[in-house]
Amino acid sequence: MPTSQISTLERTSGWAKFGRYSLLTLIAVIVLLPVYAVVMQAFKTGAGAMDHPRSLLPVDLTTETIRVAWTKGDMGTLMRNSLVMSVLVTIGVLATSLLSAYAFAFLEFPFKRTLFALFLATMLVPAEVTILINKRTIDSFGWKNSMTGLTVPLMATALGTFLIRQVFLQVPSELREAAALDGLGHGRFLYEVAAPLSRPTLGALGLLSFLTTWNQYLWPQTIIDDTEHRTLQIGLSRLSNADINRLNLVTAGTVIAAIPIVILLIVFQRQLVRGLTAGAVKG
Amino acid sequence: MARVQLDGITKTFGSGATAVNAVDNVSLDIDHHAFMVLLGPSGCGKSTLLRIVAGLDDPTAGEVRIGDKLVNDVLPKGRDVAMVFQSYALYPHKTVAANIEFPLKVRGVDKAERRSQALAAATSLGLEKLMDRRPGELSGGQRQRVALARAIVRQPAVFCMDEPLSNLDAKLRTETRAELVDLHRRLDSTFIYVTHDQVEAMTMATSIAVMCDGKILQTGTPEQIYARPATVFVAQFIGTPPMNVLPAGVLEGESVRVGFRPEDARIVADSSDDTLPMDVRLVEQLGHETLVFGDVQGAKVVVRQPASSSAPAISDTVSISVPLGARHRFNADSGERIER
Amino acid sequence: MKRRWRDAPTALMMLAPSLALLGLFVFYPLVRAIWLGQQACDNTGNACHSVGWSQYIDVYRSNEFQNALGNTFTFAAITVPLGIILGVGLAIVADKHLRGIGVFRTIFSSTIASSVAVASLIWFVLLNPQLGALANVFDGIFPVLKRPGLLNDGGTALPAVALSSVWAGLGFTFVIVTAALQSIPRDLYESAFVDGAGSWRRFTNVTLPMLSPTLLFIGVVITARAFQAYGEVDLLTQGGPNAAGRPTETIAYFIYGKTSRISNQLGLQSASAVLLFIILLVLSFIQFRVLERRVHYAN
Repeated sequence: MPTSQISTLERTSGWAKFGRYSLLTLIAVIVLLPVYAVVMQAFKTGAGAMDHPRSLLPVDLTTETIRVAWTKGDMGTLMRNSLVMSVLVTIGVLATSLLSAYAFAFLEFPFKRTLFALFLATMLVPAEVTILINKRTIDSFGWKNSMTGLTVPLMATALGTFLIRQVFLQVPSELREAAALDGLGHGRFLYEVAAPLSRPTLGALGLLSFLTTWNQYLWPQTIIDDTEHRTLQIGLSRLSNADINRLNLVTAGTVIAAIPIVILLIVFQRQLVRGLTAGAVKG
Repeated sequence: MARVQLDGITKTFGSGATAVNAVDNVSLDIDHHAFMVLLGPSGCGKSTLLRIVAGLDDPTAGEVRIGDKLVNDVLPKGRDVAMVFQSYALYPHKTVAANIEFPLKVRGVDKAERRSQALAAATSLGLEKLMDRRPGELSGGQRQRVALARAIVRQPAVFCMDEPLSNLDAKLRTETRAELVDLHRRLDSTFIYVTHDQVEAMTMATSIAVMCDGKILQTGTPEQIYARPATVFVAQFIGTPPMNVLPAGVLEGESVRVGFRPEDARIVADSSDDTLPMDVRLVEQLGHETLVFGDVQGAKVVVRQPASSSAPAISDTVSISVPLGARHRFNADSGERIER
Repeated sequence: MKRRWRDAPTALMMLAPSLALLGLFVFYPLVRAIWLGQQACDNTGNACHSVGWSQYIDVYRSNEFQNALGNTFTFAAITVPLGIILGVGLAIVADKHLRGIGVFRTIFSSTIASSVAVASLIWFVLLNPQLGALANVFDGIFPVLKRPGLLNDGGTALPAVALSSVWAGLGFTFVIVTAALQSIPRDLYESAFVDGAGSWRRFTNVTLPMLSPTLLFIGVVITARAFQAYGEVDLLTQGGPNAAGRPTETIAYFIYGKTSRISNQLGLQSASAVLLFIILLVLSFIQFRVLERRVHYAN
């Protein structure tokens, strides 16, 4: 906003402005310092990374470490696995949530309230409880070390249903009635009216699912123990066991791992905020 | 109470090619203890002007004086101004009592004193039984009175109100208008009141400033503005129904637009050089009077008739006569009033 | 009666996928875990036999469980208040109409991009005595940074792990509080301003009360995360240092960690997990009841 539009309450001027910018910069530096330090070391040789404090300066840079980290850490496979897993789970969550949210929002059936309460109740059960048993269940299906075993249990979440139902409930009932008069069955109404109307929430939910799945740590670690299906987060942890003189490989691996998400977040910033604030802020 | 003087106030928003003057070189003198109403359609700059007086916005140019003191660089706190917002701006988490006490708390008044002053303000507005409720539990009218109580508890020199009645239903609005006039009589403050509703202005104000596009078109008492509107705009803004303003050349010369109030015209039996033919389109029988709507040479016209007269029928053509003394004349180009 | 059943077949069809998933992967595990909690099993999780429901009490009373529980509470005690205060602080500092404020806001929310693994590894490197720039640059002031290193010292290990978690959560709390701040009506601030309230008073009388539901939400989320803290521990300390009595073994790590005393003992793990579930339920209940009264909900 141009300064002339800011009220006297909102404007900052003179010394206050200087002070505010200083504070902002200071905080920004503190927040980014860890990232800076680590990124810097990712671009140094093993020896250079340990040569403090020179290690923090943007000198003697090389892309060698990154290349080694990529090949030695088999990052291509790791990324592919994480990507496939995240996409599959996101699709699964959206699909199942759309269907059940539709049922709860637009259909009449007995025990609706009890069932919904049960859905919500599942959100109280912590992962620690479910992972123990799910591992054995997946094993018994023979799905261990497979993408199926990795992704299917992650699709079991009621959060998506809860959020989408909220949006569906705001669809005016006249719309449903008009559609019924036009002869639209439930399937078509969902596909042609309800889903398009809730697109922003769907986008936010999709992004949130993708992010959460991408960041999964305990579950992939439990279910996968071969190298072929390993995901990025677990692969990174194995890098950290590398020898101490090449610990900067870890930093290189971290940089590689973070880039896809950073790009994703910059592109989808608004959906992300929407997804995070759903339920936290009214209106 | 204090005098408020605005001298050459301009407020510009935006810059360069898209700059717009919300307030355009406005000067206004408000006497102490006046009830000044800033009246105009939305976007005319009245709220901006009010905010400048309160100190919420800075003028791009011009001086603001309260009580003869230059206050351009003085924060609202130091101006001894209280403000009632259109949305009331009540603190939802505080009780009514805490809301009303807040300005006193800020000034460091001690607890016992605060409580009694707040109670006094609340009682004067009939709120004494609601002191422990929260705004969420109150009706619109009650919330509005809490906002008023919070403003008067400070006994400010200037009392600013930004369309405080617009969120109330019609009946409540009428009742509250009377209460506001009474409040003004009881308090020592100068009232500055912003509204787009000319009925509020006419019934409550001691002085009205009619604004349009950032400028003041006319200042005066309600009677003055009603009797001698300074421009066509003012003439058509005030009055229910508003004044009829004929196109140029009808009834008088090409450079003159004639205006007349619906109650000043009469439907006469015979036509003559001095009457106008009107095609009747609609007749509204209101009980105490009748409104006849019609077309005069393409212009829409309203005439007020006492209920006792026989009303014409739709599609009739009648003759209306406007006595010379009841005619208002306006320049056909500028819209400004022409005195005889 | 008939109307209620009209949609039942369609509803069943639509609910089936979610019901199947939730039933198989949430409800069934819960029931089974409760049952397994009174069993003892071999290393592969088979050949289980019942040892009685008292196993729950034994586990609860055990030193290791109490240690893990205590560690987790300490972890939460650090991450929750710090997370809220810093998140609010950052949001308020960045809540001004200044040129370039968008850049700062993006920077402040950037830690959302870090997963648990990424954030933990960043701090692993930073705090490492040899590799960490932090350790070597500041070691003059804080000798513990380099020798034996923050993560290897019994007293500082848990706070160090908590620190990495707080840093990682900054972006999340910042984004949420900023959105909440922007939903506070400007009128309230202006009214207080005209009445003479200065910045601090406006903060305590307008900002904080209006933020309270959001702060409650954040508190609940961070607490839940603290009780599920696993990755951080796995990457940074594996529950150690052992010599100091495993001060960073959180309850999640106690259940799943490779170096935990009960690793591969399905019965004990199940019992611990179910106990954790109960504790979380109680905590959530308390948080909502105690705090909801003090939290204001604007209409």
